[in-house]
Amino acid sequence: MSKKALPDKEKIKSIIATDCGSTTTKAILIEQRGDEYRLIVRGEAPTTVEAPVEDVTRGVLNAVTEVEELVGRKILDKEHILKPKRGDEGVDIYISTSSAGGGLQMTVAGVVKSMTAESAARAALGAGAIVMDTLATNDKRLPHQQIERIRQLRPDMFLLSGGIDGGTVSHVVALAQIIAAANPRPRLGATYKLPVIYAGNINAREEIKRILGEKVELIITENLRPTLEKENLMPSRHKIQDLFLEHVMAQAPGYKKLMEWTDVDIMPTPAAVGNIMQRIAREFNIEVVGVDIGGATTDVFSVFKGIFNRTVSANLGMSYSISNVFAEAGIENIMRWVPFDIDERDLRNRIKNKMIRPTTIPQTLEELIVEQAIAREALRISFEQHKALAVGLKGIQQERTIADVFSQTTTGETLVDMMTLGMIIGSGGVLSHAPRRQQSALMMMDAFLPEGITRLSVDSIFMMPQLGVLAEVHPEAATQVFVKDCLILLGTCIAAVGQTKEGHTIVKGKIRYKSGREEEFDIKYGEIKVYPLPVNEEASLTVVPSRGIDAGQGKGVSFETTVYGGVVGIIFDGRGRRPFNMPTEKSKRIEKLNEWFKAMDIYPKF
Amino acid sequence: MAHIYTPGLKVVEKTILRKERVLPLPGEVLVGIGDKVKAEDIVARTHLPGNVNMINIANKLAITPSDIRRCMLKKEGDKVSKDELIAKSSSFFGLFKYNCTSPIDGEVESISEVTGQVVLREPPIPIEVIAYVDGVIEKVKEKEGVVVKTEGVYIQGIFGIGGEEIGEIVVAVDSPEEELKPESIKPQMKGKVVVGGSFVSNPVIVKAVEVGVKGIIAGGIDDQDLRNFPGYDLGVAITGSEEKGITLIITEGFGVIKMADKAFTLLKKYEGFKASINGATQIRAGVIRPEIIIPLGEVSLKEDKEEEKELSKEGGLVIGASIRIIRQPHFGKLGKVVSLPAQLQRLETEAKVRVVEIELESGEKLILPRANIELIEH
Repeated sequence: MSKKALPDKEKIKSIIATDCGSTTTKAILIEQRGDEYRLIVRGEAPTTVEAPVEDVTRGVLNAVTEVEELVGRKILDKEHILKPKRGDEGVDIYISTSSAGGGLQMTVAGVVKSMTAESAARAALGAGAIVMDTLATNDKRLPHQQIERIRQLRPDMFLLSGGIDGGTVSHVVALAQIIAAANPRPRLGATYKLPVIYAGNINAREEIKRILGEKVELIITENLRPTLEKENLMPSRHKIQDLFLEHVMAQAPGYKKLMEWTDVDIMPTPAAVGNIMQRIAREFNIEVVGVDIGGATTDVFSVFKGIFNRTVSANLGMSYSISNVFAEAGIENIMRWVPFDIDERDLRNRIKNKMIRPTTIPQTLEELIVEQAIAREALRISFEQHKALAVGLKGIQQERTIADVFSQTTTGETLVDMMTLGMIIGSGGVLSHAPRRQQSALMMMDAFLPEGITRLSVDSIFMMPQLGVLAEVHPEAATQVFVKDCLILLGTCIAAVGQTKEGHTIVKGKIRYKSGREEEFDIKYGEIKVYPLPVNEEASLTVVPSRGIDAGQGKGVSFETTVYGGVVGIIFDGRGRRPFNMPTEKSKRIEKLNEWFKAMDIYPKF
Repeated sequence: MAHIYTPGLKVVEKTILRKERVLPLPGEVLVGIGDKVKAEDIVARTHLPGNVNMINIANKLAITPSDIRRCMLKKEGDKVSKDELIAKSSSFFGLFKYNCTSPIDGEVESISEVTGQVVLREPPIPIEVIAYVDGVIEKVKEKEGVVVKTEGVYIQGIFGIGGEEIGEIVVAVDSPEEELKPESIKPQMKGKVVVGGSFVSNPVIVKAVEVGVKGIIAGGIDDQDLRNFPGYDLGVAITGSEEKGITLIITEGFGVIKMADKAFTLLKKYEGFKASINGATQIRAGVIRPEIIIPLGEVSLKEDKEEEKELSKEGGLVIGASIRIIRQPHFGKLGKVVSLPAQLQRLETEAKVRVVEIELESGEKLILPRANIELIEH
């Protein structure tokens, strides 16, 4: 749904891209330098949807003003972005993503909770929405409870699915009746009708129109589960994104103006990040997990076996939702990552103060350590939620051979396999802006517990959203900037799975550097060791796991592999997996934390 | 810098305020432009659709859904009473008879031949919207609501619990540093809005609810006390719908924090005046902060461009501006901006950030990240 004629791709030499987050508006300037596109500068300013300004474009102008100052040339003409570029003034195109205004909030419904309802949730999440509730015929709620719930929620839009094409119509029609009876109102604007997307059994369309046609803004699209064995989520996702622009964005303060400024449609931030994540998986031919930890929400993206999944943990974030991380994880889980004592009352008040004043930053080292401890738990819980939703289709028939009889796999298992995972990409303030990159690496290792050989990276200055939308306009420019300027390679983590005794070797072997130098390593259970290996360098590794230990190729199986460098290097994580155990005794735990912090060199002291 | 924006809370003595009072669904507006209204006056009303009850008649009568109309004794739009027979069927030449009665008073909304379900709806629920502030009706939005214009004191809090309340201001402490104690809550404070100083604890809130106090305004509260008050840990700061019999407005933050002098002085000055308060807080995009409004005297409908600017002007971080520190290690302290260094500076955390130099009330000078201060607006 491109609204304006874009200039020829060859003529796009200078691009300004913004991402209006719930806390900060980030602007980046990308320009062609020689044969390639590069990031030139980046500016940011608080998002201005709050009184007294209440106009998102003010934050955009502030962020672009910073870009102007840093690059030392004119981009704005008073309150407008100068386009196209003439001489040394202006840019060729302006593009933007947005998650301000609380993002896109949806309610979804399907007939069977683990089948069409789950597919509907995946469709909504993949389109960049927060799913407020998932209704299903078998969700154990009575119709009047479901009606009451729909009335309370006030989502931005509703996605109704159910039934395979040609299957029974009565169940999905019953769901439509519940929606009609609830007569739901949209979150923003009391006067317009709530958009409801119907993506269910095609045979029920006429009946759905009869029931809902008058009461809501009904949009009909292809069935998202046409057969049990097939999900068809893209038509629903496209409809969701179109409606997001037409209904939700148009209601938020200043967005009408912003929509006029941009050369392509504003994309929901998570949808843009998902876009770039899938590109990475395709281009590098690896399995990827990406995480974007924001102020209000944490999004997790994954591509396993070519299947893209996204989940959003709506109330796990580092500012607006920080208090909820604390409530969900519990004080013990957070404090296990902190190597000093802190008064519980004081800690609770500090966290609540961060919640009510979300734009503040840690000023002391202790505050930074506590904030990064909370981040570990937010990431851990979000990833657990992701694993539960990124699953294969349930309820389908599987063809089994005699060899499968003993494996006893069922349908609907998680697609996330930490052993085959090739790369973790971290994004969001706490990971992208950590004062030392080692901090980001250890936070991701602690939260995700990668297994075998896994590359770690962060989005340097949090520009995956902008690159995601740029990929729609100029894919080559997006890829070039992504590789050269966006992704900071932290290094490779080698984590062996299994348990042994403290101090016993868990894995050993040899590193052969390109220079010809060789170094032997012997990793003891419970320790972390780092061997520097610069960015863009690789080394070959011989890995010899101890008996019963799996370092990637099976228990006790030695192997050779190539590892890639990064700003941290090669990280051997000998702390064991399945389960990953932290010492329970306080002094021992603090001793271990200090040991790991020192091995990773993550803080100036401790 | 063209547009530096630093968040800040409003504390102003005289300003024009407009309150939009709208119905959740279209309805009837009861006042006209120019009408003077009291905060308690009803300005608009409507009816919310009643609750619904779904009955699977096909199952109850052991018939197929397509036969439902044949068995229904009522059609869409018909009124029904509780226990009234609404459908019946018989089979095997009348040998087996099934009856279905209505579980509610209401009307038949729909009958489905696909699912065999009947939707019954209870009578509509009346909803009324009050003016909330003393003032004059400036605008009428047909069938939707009104805009009430008023003039007076406007104080924003940082965080609140509970919705709209109206009551007379009573100050229960001698200074903004003083903590509000349970014994300060007196029976004569029933129906009033009590102003505390630096801190309110759970025993104070419990006592205030017992006495029938409408609202409490204080500088700080402990997270633990807040948990005990609504009875659950507040995960995200979206409040206003708690029905705890009292509205709580915190002006500074969590912990024991002296209420900003300006807010305290204003509340003290207008002790005995009627205030409209709302604890509703939403700390997300589209932020809503709790508020205290004290209407002062009559307000006319004439143009008032000068005063209007007061609330719409941008907050600017300039040398000499009054600020509050909003993060440890100096949380809650007040001061003035001394300089705004352009260069990024390195903190103890090793992060490089934009900073501000400030001078505390004690004369001590500090360098702080700009993100960790907020303007106290005048």
